[in-house]
Amino acid sequence: MSAARDVNAQAAHWLERREFESWGEADETELSAWLAHSWEHRVAYWRLKDAWEHTERLSALRPSSPQTAAAPQPRKPFRPMLWRVAAAAIAVAALGAGTAFYVARNGGPHETVYATPVGGHQSVLLADGSKVELNTNTVLRARVSAHERLVTLERGEAYFQIAHDPKHPFVVMAGDHRVTDLGTKFLVRRDNKNLEVAVTEGRVQLDTPDGRLQSPVLLTRHEAAEVKGNKVFVTRKTAQSLTNELGWRHGFLVFDHTTLADAVAQFNRYNQGKLVIADPATARLTMDGTFPIDGISAFTEVAQEVFKLRIERRGGNTVISR
Amino acid sequence: MAETVETSRGTGLFKPGATMTASEVEVWFVREVLPMEAMLMHYLHQNWRNKSDIEDLRQEVYARVCEAAQKEVPEKTKAFVLTTARNLLINRVRREQIVPIEAVADLDELEIAIDAPGPERNAMARDVLRKLQGALDRLPPRAREVVTLRRIEGLSRPEIAQRMGISEKTVSEHLTNGLCALADMLYGNASDLRSKK
Repeated sequence: MSAARDVNAQAAHWLERREFESWGEADETELSAWLAHSWEHRVAYWRLKDAWEHTERLSALRPSSPQTAAAPQPRKPFRPMLWRVAAAAIAVAALGAGTAFYVARNGGPHETVYATPVGGHQSVLLADGSKVELNTNTVLRARVSAHERLVTLERGEAYFQIAHDPKHPFVVMAGDHRVTDLGTKFLVRRDNKNLEVAVTEGRVQLDTPDGRLQSPVLLTRHEAAEVKGNKVFVTRKTAQSLTNELGWRHGFLVFDHTTLADAVAQFNRYNQGKLVIADPATARLTMDGTFPIDGISAFTEVAQEVFKLRIERRGGNTVISR
Repeated sequence: MAETVETSRGTGLFKPGATMTASEVEVWFVREVLPMEAMLMHYLHQNWRNKSDIEDLRQEVYARVCEAAQKEVPEKTKAFVLTTARNLLINRVRREQIVPIEAVADLDELEIAIDAPGPERNAMARDVLRKLQGALDRLPPRAREVVTLRRIEGLSRPEIAQRMGISEKTVSEHLTNGLCALADMLYGNASDLRSKK
């Protein structure tokens, strides 16, 4: 037996014990001693622990009938639905959001609705092979068939990686605006009034079916359009700033000379408990850093220790002040 | 005038050159290094002929990488992992008195791979669902049953033993073996996943 295999087996045994047996202080001490022995022990344990934690997503299957969920052969009429929901639940949990997600077929024969709650994150593989990632608090309707590829972003933010098919352009509707894919990866974000489209690869065309925009706007790689009212602002972004903007895809918020006001606004998109800044001077401070999307406590800790700010809990919210 | 402060605290903040606490090394390892396992395994397989050494080599690369990273977070994880692997292979060849002629494909070749495009760092997080399902499907049936009974139905070890009609000791064995296999597939087995495409 190879040395590594032996260490792996021991690490797996520790995890198995921790999973199945009542785990006390003595066990913890014993495990610590084993881990302290060498880096080989530690890396083996960390690796298997992470793998085991991944399987936790399976618990999302629990609510349905156990028999059905355990064996991957759901009863006939529910099959596509059940697996989609199960898959979705796993994917959301996989990104640490741990919140519900739903897929419903309520919009007509070929329409599927995908939605994420606050803090959610969901990857969807559409029938044409295109991939869509939904960010927090997003609702998206998709009609994808052999004849058409139409997605409507009702609210929120989604990142699209489109399977190329020149005969059937991929269209994303966001309110009055239409984004037509010309072979690409791009981001669409919609909040109350504003719309942002950013292209990481290829090209897209932005226009309005009612002709309100006089001429379509063509966006290429690293370009972004911000629609505010009747105006469209096109800017060039660096690859880095686009990557930062898409940090949510990996469960992170990336701040780079970001004001506390903007950072807090970002956190508030993903979390039920809101952060509030008490005064304008605090709001103007800027910071760099990377945080998990749900890492409010890490964030407030930095605010407290680095900026010497006051952190106060009021109800479900957290108030930051000088 | 706004102040800018560089922060190096909190999770996810791995500043190149900084030191890390033990628990930070774990987070760093899981987040930065594990997603590269498929690439590392590919590299080892390409450059080391004796397949029975590969698991040991991988573990040793991980151990060395973590040990070094605790003292100083490397700027580029991928290059650092591959360089560590390369040095390890070279040292093995040098250290051993008798080296099978075909042990290493070509020491010069080892240099090239470092700049070759690797998998996107966080591909793991994105594809975790697909990988998890694929990995589970490929587990030996009994191991898969133990994992799903535990995770989906939340059964205890005696309950699983009873349900499956096996001893508790066998339940433990299925789980530990299954876990090792699952980790190999989740992180390392790129070829299987590629062929599914």
